[in-house]
Amino acid sequence: MSVVATFEIGYLRILDEEGHLLETIPDFARDPKTLLTLYRYMILTRRFDAKAVALQRTGQMGTFPSSLGQEAFSVGIGHAIHKEDVFCPYYRDHGAMFLRGVKLSEVLAFWGGDERGSHYTRDKEDFPISIPIATQMLHAAGVAYAIKLRKQKRAVLTACGDGATSKSDFSQAINAAGTWHLPLVLVVNNNQWAISLPRDKQSAAKTLAQKAIAGGFRGLQVDGNDVIAVRHAVAEALDRARDGEGPSLIEAISYRLCDHTTADDASRYVNKEDLKEAWRHEPIIRLRNYLIHQDFITEQYDEEIQQACDHEVEEAVEEYLNTEPQKPESMFDYLYAKLPKTLTEQRNEVMGV
Amino acid sequence: MSEITIAEALNQALNHEMAIDENVVVMGEDVGVNGGVFRITKGLQERYGAERVMDTPLSETMISGMSIGMAAQGLKPVAEFQFMGFIYPGFDQIISHASRLRNRTRGRLTCPVVYRAPYGSGIHAPEHHSESTEALFAHIPGLRVVIPSSPARAYGLLLASIRDPDPVVFLEPKRLYRMMKQDVPDNGEALPLDQCFVLREGKDVTLVTWGAMIHETRQAAETLEAEGIEAEVIDVATIKPLDIETILKSVQKTGRCVVIHEAARTCGVGAEIVAQISEKGLMDLLAPMQRVTGYDTIMPYNKLEKHYMPSVGRILLAVKTVMEYV
Ligand SMILES: Cc1ncc(C[n+]2csc(CCOP(=O)(O)OP(=O)(O)O)c2C)c(N)n1
Ligand SMILES: [Mg+2]
Repeated sequence: MSVVATFEIGYLRILDEEGHLLETIPDFARDPKTLLTLYRYMILTRRFDAKAVALQRTGQMGTFPSSLGQEAFSVGIGHAIHKEDVFCPYYRDHGAMFLRGVKLSEVLAFWGGDERGSHYTRDKEDFPISIPIATQMLHAAGVAYAIKLRKQKRAVLTACGDGATSKSDFSQAINAAGTWHLPLVLVVNNNQWAISLPRDKQSAAKTLAQKAIAGGFRGLQVDGNDVIAVRHAVAEALDRARDGEGPSLIEAISYRLCDHTTADDASRYVNKEDLKEAWRHEPIIRLRNYLIHQDFITEQYDEEIQQACDHEVEEAVEEYLNTEPQKPESMFDYLYAKLPKTLTEQRNEVMGV
Repeated sequence: MSEITIAEALNQALNHEMAIDENVVVMGEDVGVNGGVFRITKGLQERYGAERVMDTPLSETMISGMSIGMAAQGLKPVAEFQFMGFIYPGFDQIISHASRLRNRTRGRLTCPVVYRAPYGSGIHAPEHHSESTEALFAHIPGLRVVIPSSPARAYGLLLASIRDPDPVVFLEPKRLYRMMKQDVPDNGEALPLDQCFVLREGKDVTLVTWGAMIHETRQAAETLEAEGIEAEVIDVATIKPLDIETILKSVQKTGRCVVIHEAARTCGVGAEIVAQISEKGLMDLLAPMQRVTGYDTIMPYNKLEKHYMPSVGRILLAVKTVMEYV
């Protein structure tokens, strides 16, 4: 028998846990300002998360999915994408959404049960958070098709979790991306868990990145706790997409250091020792170590960043808590461009007229 | 002027819109080179190119999912499912996203997609090729469900559906594709959505139906005429949102109503029509309303198909029942 196809999956890691360089630093990361932006958004995401969980625990918000431990993924991809590109996120991408201009208060509104949270005052084309797993990846493929049809030099980025790679929407997005050579980058936040199901029970494939091979394009892994590696690999993939070099699939290896959502209790299925070990690899300390080695940050400046982030979160919470709820009849007002006359009766009923 | 079939009228409408609006794209399995298994998209790829008339890989999930991203970018995809019985892999995206995108984003993103599918029985194909599950879609807020039953309405309603800014499920009675011909000028004039069509006026009984059942219903109306009973025939055409006013007006006049549909009876669209008439027009009724429908069974294979389908005989029987009340 002869060999008709072989493949390799690369793994990129630039910073180790102590914040030492393992590879040459990519150009973008030579600028301390850029690194501080990444750092700041990771802190913001973590502070925001903690606050959102607290709001839920005190009955002031609905179910919320934290991204504790996965900030490098979210912020790395959010920083890599260009303004004119389109982002189709999943529900654990808050850091990326903030970088896209989505307001913290909008994210709170969304999880607090207000549709206006997806109206996005500052972002007109990105998709809203999609709750049915992996479905957003096909929307992204459709956006990418439209962009390609119109010969625009833009790319589309879409994200999902490791569990999502089992869904047909994921395989079909891969299939579409390859078939039409779409300007699409698919990124997987492999946080090792899909609620209680560990990664090895999701698929026997050695990597999730290799699922791209079935679609006829490149797949690679990055250390998802290394924001420089994530940012670098995703930006490069997006550049390729914009330049007509086709799609990429990037699997970022991370760990979910939190419950799946506020409705979950991960202690039922996560081994304590594993969790402790995972904390050793978490993404924020590692970047901080690097920033300190490089003299890009002082204790005092670090403190200032933390405080500024807390302040921003507080302001958003204020805004969220002080927003008037929508009028009940608003449930009719965005159903169709123009409300069919058969529905006016029901709308009037809600209004009590 | 030459007369055309429903299949040709649909093709004419697609061609018309593709010519005047470059945002209109056609997508589906075998719709390009092959022109679709029913040839509804015949010649379009030659005229508008493979990028606007897309032969997709064999995945309904992909078709419905991608159409949403394309629509959010301002394209107007007309997506074909080969048969209604094969929509289900794409159902999730239609229900979970296409119907909700406008509402979810408070109007920021919209989803002007037309999901076309041939539906209903009568072509002696294998299992899953004869489904009439329009009620599944009619139940979903945010969708429109449109069913033409003549070449002129196929043309006008498809134009309207493509121009509509929201998702439309457009179901084509495949038994009628080539059954009748009509003169349909290619004038780009759309018909109103959300409106029933009174196909025949009468004062004694209202027959409400849609899709291929128009055929049997009209035959029944002719037989009734010979017996001195004047039946009013209403083609619902857009089953969601339902134009109940036109139906109520008719029932007010006739006092008797029979609803005819191919789909299974329980929770069929007929149940909704009958319910709304009892809510709003009960006092106009002279007799209990009747439904003539497919049975609550799995659609039988074609050897038994004729026993499942509402026949002219079954319609006449139902009319006889309602006429017995004086
Ligand atoms: C289609 C669908 N099935 C089930 C769920 C319920 N659910 C929500 S999150 C989740 C696990 C997803 O895991 P993964 O893709 O790894 O993402 P993670 O939450 O770990 O980031 C499940 C099963 C859902 N939202 N959608
Ligand atoms: Mg996961």
